Order: sequence, then structure tokens, then C-alpha cells
Amino acid sequence: MSSIIQEAKFTCALGAQQTVLGIQGAVPVIHAGPGCSQRQFTYLANGSGYQGEGYAGGGQIPCTNASQTEVVFGGEKKLSTLLDSAFKVMKADLYVVMAGCTAGIVGDDVKQVASDHSSPAHPVVGVDTSGFRGNNYKGHNIVVEGIIDQLLEEAEPKVRRGLVNVFSVVPNQNPYWRGDLEEIKRILEGLGLEVNILFGYGSSGVSEWYDIPNAELNIVLSPWVGLGAAKLCQRRFGTPYLHWPVLPVGLKDTSEFLRKVAETLSLDPERTEKFILAEERRFKRYFVSLGDVFTDYAAYLPYDLYVIDDTAYGLGVARFCTRELGMIPQAFFVIDEPPQTAKDLVAENLTALDEAWKGKVLTEPDNAVIRGVIEQRIAARQTKSLILGSSWDKDLADETDNILIYHSAPVTDAAILNRTYVGYTGGLNLMQDIYTGVFDRHAVSNLTHGETSRERNTYRPAAGSNCN
Amino acid sequence: MSNATQTAEVEIRDTRLKSILSFHGKASELQEYSRQLKKPDKDRCFTQCSDCAQMCAGTITNQVRGSAVVYHSPMGCFSNIPVQNDATRNAAKARGLEPFDVRSVCSNISEKDTIYGGLKKLRDAITLAYERFAPSCIFVQSSCAAGIVGDDIESVADEMAAELGIPIVPVFCEGFKSKAWSTGFDAGYHGILRKIVKKPEKRQSDLVNIFNFLGTDTFSPMLAKLGLRANYLVPLADLETLQTMSEAACSTEVCETLGTYITTVLEEEFGVPKVHAPSPYGIRWTDAWYREIARLTGKTDIVEQMIEEEHKRIEPELEELRAQLKGLRVYIYAGDSYAHNLGSLVSDLGVEIAGMTTLHHDMRVDGENAEHSTLQEMIDVAGDIEVTVCNKQPYEVLKQLRKVNPDFLIVRHMNMTILAGKLGIPSIFEGEINVSAGYDGLLLTGRRILDLLKAKRLLGTLAEYNEFPYTEWWLEQEADYL
Repeated sequence: MSSIIQEAKFTCALGAQQTVLGIQGAVPVIHAGPGCSQRQFTYLANGSGYQGEGYAGGGQIPCTNASQTEVVFGGEKKLSTLLDSAFKVMKADLYVVMAGCTAGIVGDDVKQVASDHSSPAHPVVGVDTSGFRGNNYKGHNIVVEGIIDQLLEEAEPKVRRGLVNVFSVVPNQNPYWRGDLEEIKRILEGLGLEVNILFGYGSSGVSEWYDIPNAELNIVLSPWVGLGAAKLCQRRFGTPYLHWPVLPVGLKDTSEFLRKVAETLSLDPERTEKFILAEERRFKRYFVSLGDVFTDYAAYLPYDLYVIDDTAYGLGVARFCTRELGMIPQAFFVIDEPPQTAKDLVAENLTALDEAWKGKVLTEPDNAVIRGVIEQRIAARQTKSLILGSSWDKDLADETDNILIYHSAPVTDAAILNRTYVGYTGGLNLMQDIYTGVFDRHAVSNLTHGETSRERNTYRPAAGSNCN
Repeated sequence: MSNATQTAEVEIRDTRLKSILSFHGKASELQEYSRQLKKPDKDRCFTQCSDCAQMCAGTITNQVRGSAVVYHSPMGCFSNIPVQNDATRNAAKARGLEPFDVRSVCSNISEKDTIYGGLKKLRDAITLAYERFAPSCIFVQSSCAAGIVGDDIESVADEMAAELGIPIVPVFCEGFKSKAWSTGFDAGYHGILRKIVKKPEKRQSDLVNIFNFLGTDTFSPMLAKLGLRANYLVPLADLETLQTMSEAACSTEVCETLGTYITTVLEEEFGVPKVHAPSPYGIRWTDAWYREIARLTGKTDIVEQMIEEEHKRIEPELEELRAQLKGLRVYIYAGDSYAHNLGSLVSDLGVEIAGMTTLHHDMRVDGENAEHSTLQEMIDVAGDIEVTVCNKQPYEVLKQLRKVNPDFLIVRHMNMTILAGKLGIPSIFEGEINVSAGYDGLLLTGRRILDLLKAKRLLGTLAEYNEFPYTEWWLEQEADYL
């Protein structure tokens, strides 16, 4: 049952147009009303850390701009005309037709139209991502499975040793996904693997998708998103999959993940350990170098942890913050409307890590409700807190002088490029940002030195002073 | 358009104003087509994503102080809200008002609701909005899904208005219904006119309705020069201000495309005269606007002296700006009438108009004859320039920009400046349009253009690194569009 929402943490299934745009060389072709695509852009590009229209997104996306005529008489003809002309106007290695509400209710068969227009020169797949079918996590799965199902329909797998596909985060939905996928690819390559990361600038694009059947292993790095795709590949191509629900952050989880991959693929243990140990050594030295902050200000650091995130990102970061940073679980608000099994998996995983997580994994898609709960809890506990949230939580963090790290959409007041919060690098970045927050939020200066950092030095050079 | 407010839904612009989405040629040719109400060009077969009436309706209904908005839609239609919050807060500050957020909920229409109907959810959403926000009124935005399924929003709104004791205003802005997204303005206003505006109990002879977007308080000082007060509508106004807009001395707008419908209905059904003059953008248009307002408010005795003084006041800086801007060529890319406003504005700055794209064109407007269209008024001040009509369509405008190669653009819509930027050409993003009004708006625009040119090197890098997704075949075609 989808509930009424005040402060949205996701958009509708059509938001998966960004999934298509995340594949280098793929262009979505939207069969929907005239404003639908623009809404997705507003929320998932500008509203998720100013990710921009990039190569073919934003206003450039081909769209039928469905009107009365298409609603009354059906829109398959208009879609056909659009596709024929799109081939002429827009360069693409793959066109993905996506139905929105108008087409979905009217019953246009976009898969059929796509199939009728598809050729080796202009491959086309068609999926129903009508907004009422669900959120954009679901839309992402529909697109990924649709492409595998239709584009690779006749593919014969030729398995290459050491080749893996990664099914993981939802493009644009998390503002850091580009940097995160680069880090995941980096660490897997560190094991000597060849990686089809499938999305983002570190991917070679559509050619990686054609290569999917040839993988030795599919890796699902998420509690539920991408699992269907891996199962589909298993049925279709016989590819085994490793379902590792923890999107790893920090030293311990990242090393565990890599060792599991190495074990599953029977990789050379020496090479594996060599890479992991080098990464760990680097990580530990950085960690220790922040030790002075941990020790000098140990009484003033944030320990209470609130996470507002999807199951994938939230699970990973919650584990890192409790396991390595020693934070005290207050709540993890799950926002992606996961299947019950995935939610249970997350709750059990966290509770197994730390009993204090028990009963603290809550499903709530409305950030207004979440904010209210956190506000009450902070007021009751009166301790420094870390909120991993979004722009919706800015006022709450400001008013209570607590640390907010943007960790999920919407992010409307920060520009994000290749920053990552996963893997070894992401763990370090996260620490850097959390403990910078300690100084930004005046926690240290207020409590340790009895002054406020707002009392600025008022020295100004005299007029005419020069620097030489 | 008599008794326009008797129907639940406003007649769409496609039929009411004969709106068109495609044209290439001289401004005078388009004006001639408009006079004859003759559609000039064929439709496109290749189209890029446009925008819909719901977006425009949101610009009317989402920022009424003290109100709440219910989106009766799937979640996607609701996804502009986070970005709107920042805009609302900033605009309130710029208007000198206490900042506030858009207060909205989405009924989150699911598959089941499209089969069994979504009215229970709509009731729940209205109730939730009422409980969470204690609003003075609630707007209900329809959506494609609700519209096609046939949810009877009007009945639910009426029932719940009686139950809750506040106005509940249905806004029929389904995206598929009109090809002109500005129908959404009319849909928002229509709801307000039907369910909120009261018959006038008195006349406030110094009060001028200003139909605008979220914008700065530039009209108060402008009107104060005639001893008049600005009544900003609809964004940032509260319920009482909306209820009493019928008491104003006259109504005007920052853009005819925005205000044409409501100013006409206020004139015809509520007796508030409409200012039959172009909006105050550029010197000559501002002069004409002041004179018409003075005529309607009994200020003709003081207006000429005021205009003369204003001209004298701005002259030194204006001359300086004109000297600095001399030789620059601009491309204008904006909504129909607002593009014409900008044409007037830049021609008074002495900037050459290299080309103009309006995002649609209303072949006629409410309450005016063809001779008094903003298009004609622009031709009168800016000359017979080249004009295209096109609902964004970057693939089409890209060719125009490459052909014309302007020094800079003025762009009214989000996500359209990037097109010029990718060619290394800077744009003024004209998101806030109140600041460009009046004599001071002219000076400000001149200064902004000079500042803007500093972006050239940064955008040069952007152009160097960018790759467009369009085929060589298309870029070499003679055709303006497909």
C-alpha cells in the first residue's frame, strides 16, 4: 500500500530515465505526458546534487509529449514516428522506450513497438515505467531487467574468466553514485578482475551490456535492487551470482566483501591479500592520523546516529558508523519501499552486528514523519548527533546544532561530482566530513574552550596595505 | 468568454487562444497569421520532452501563504517540490516577507488506485494536509493518471470544503490535456476565481493587482510614484489577499502569457479593469504602462511629469550602459509574451536582437484584439526580427544558435541555458522577472549583461569539453525541425 507523502525521498518509476542516461551511449525515449520527463530531471539531476543534463538528458530527451489524441486513440503510432525520427536526429547505441502513466493506462504496448523498430544499427527496448507502478527503485529494476531481457534475447554466453557484472546502486537517486561506482570498480579491479560496472563514467557503456552474458559471476551489491537482474541472468545465461547486500563502507566491510568475491571466484589468495593489505594499510594510517581529534575531543564527538536512506546505502553506512566509528544506533529510516524480505534482511544484518540496532530499523517513506521522530529523540536525549540525511533535514540539523551529512536525495544546496562514500575511499571521505562537522557545528570550541567560534578575529589590514 | 467561471475546467489554450508550437520566420509574418488565426506550420514528428500544465499550475497555487497543496498523482508529478522550497524561501525574503515552505502532500496514486479509483486516497490526503498544516485553503492538483481514470475531484473537494470549513480548490491541470503548458496558469487561476475570489464589497482605488511569479518587491516603489499600492498575486499572497483581489482599481501582469486569463475574468465578471498596455519592460513599454494605469486610477495629472523625471534620472547610467553594450547581439529564448517583453527591454538598451524563440505562441489572447498583441507591440519597438516558436526542443534551437552565433542569451526557463553554455555562449537566466521591470529594471538588465560576459572563458571550457548527442546528418539539414 503506497502511502500519502509530504516530503518525498524518491520519484516514480519513470525516474529510471536516469538509469538509462547512466548507461553511456543510451538514450531514453519517453512515451508519456509532456511534463513527466522534466519532473524526473528536476528531482534526480538538479535535486540530487546538481548532476546536470549531461550528454543527452534534461530537455534533450526524446518524448512523445502525449496529448488528448494519444489518450483517446492510443499512442503507438506517435511513438513509432518518434522512434523513426530519433534514429535520424540522435546518436545512440541503445534507445530505451519508457511508458509513463498515459501510455500505461491506455495500454500502449511499448515493448512491441520497440521490438518492431529494433535493428542491429538501432537497438531498441521498451519497458512500462508508468508512474503509478511504483517508485524509481522499482523503475530501475524494470529498466535493467528489460534491457537484459530484450537486448540480449539471442545472446550466447561465452564466459570469460575473471569478468564480473555489478548490479548495485540506482543512478542519480543517490547523489554520490558516480563516485561510488568508480570506487567499486577500482577495488574489484584491484583483485585482478575485469569489471562491467554498467553505469557511470567509468563504464564503457552499452558494449558492457552486450558483454553481460559472458561474465563469470554477477555481483549484487544491494539488499534487493538488482537481484531480479542477477536471477534473470542466471536463468538466461547460467551465470551464478553473489548476493552481497552490504554496499561496503570503510576497512572491515570492504575487505570482507573483497575476500568473499575472491573466494567465490577462487582467485589467487596471494594477489588478493596483497591488494587488500595495501588498501588496509593506507586506510589505517589515515584513520590513525585523525586519532588526535578522536582523543582530544572524545567527549564532544557525535555518537548518536540517525540514518535516512535506502536499504543499500543505509545498511552499508550504518554498519561502518557502528562498527568502526563506534556510533550508537538511534534509527535507520528505510525509504526505498523494499520488499519485506529485504527489510528483514537489513534489520537482521544490523542486529547481528550490534544488538543496539534491534527494533531501530523502521520503514518510512515520508521525510516529514522521519524528521519529526528525530527531532523528538534529539530533544529527549540532548546529545550530539550525526544525521545522514538530505536537504529536507537541513533546518533540523541547523536548529539543533547537529551534524548533517548529505547521504541521500534530495540535495538541493550542494554540487556533487566524483565524491564517494563507499569502499575504502568512501570510508575516509565520510570520516573527513563527519569530523569536519564537529568544528563547523561549534561542538569543540563551545564545549572545550568556553568561547564560540562566531567570535571572529576582527583584524583588518589598513587601507593601502599590500602583499608582495 | 462570458461566465467563464461557471464551468469546472478552464477551456484549454489550444482551442481558446489557438496556441501554436511551431513557426519560423519574420515576426510580422507571425503577427499576420495571428490576425487571421491561421496555423502557420506543421507539427513536429521528432519532439524532445516539453513541460506540462501542472508545472505552470504549481507556479500559481503552490506558494499561497497559509495554504496547502494536495497533488492527486503518482509520486513523479510531485517531484518539483524540493527545488521549489528553496525558491519560495528566497523569494519571500526578496519580497520582505517571512520565509515559508511549500506545504504539500502527494496522494501517491498506485496501480490499484488506477483500477478502483483514487478518491479515498484523495480524501485521506486532504485530511492529512488539513491536520498537518492547519491551512487556510487547500489546492488539489489533478494529474494525468487521475484525469484518465476519471476521479471526480470536484465532488470530493466540495464535500470536504463543507466538512472542513475552508475553501478546497480543484485545479484541473492534467498534462495531456493541453499542448500549451501555460494552460496551467489558467487552470490555477480558474480554481481561485471559482472557489476563492469574492464579489467586491468595496473598491480600493489605489490598489493595483500585479499578477506575477515568485519575485522581488519592485512594483511597490514603481507604483508609489503615482501614489498607488501593489497587490502582488498569487505567489506569496495569503487567502484574504486572494479573496479581495476583486476590490482593486485595476489589474496588470508581469507577462501577458501569465495574466491574460485572470485579468480578463476579473474585468468581465468582477468589474476590475484590465490594464490594456504591455507590461513595463523597456522604456517605451513602461511609459505606456504608467499612462494606462494613471488613466484607470485618476492620476493622469501627475503621470507625465513623473515619466519625464524618471527618464532624466536614468539617463546618465543608461547612456553609459548603451555605450558599453553597443555592438552586442542577443538571442531571446522565453515564454511567448515574456520573450516580447525582453525584446522591448533589450532594444531600449541598444542591444541587437539576433533571434528569438518563444516557447509557444497564443495566436490571440483573452480580452485584447490582435492589434494590441505583445508581438505587435514588440515589432513596434524592436523592429521586424526573426522569430521561431518552439516548446524548448534543444535539437532545433541548437541549429538556430549555431547559425546566429549571438554574444549572449536571455533565457526564461530552467535547463535551457545549458544549451547555449555548451556552445560557449553565456545566458542570463531570467528566473526572477520582477527585477527587470520598470526604468530601474532596464538599468539592472544592462548591468547584468556586462557581468555575464565574464562567464565566457568558463563556458569556453564547457564548450570545448562537451559533446552533443545529435547526428551530423541532422546538424547539416536545411530543415529547421523534423
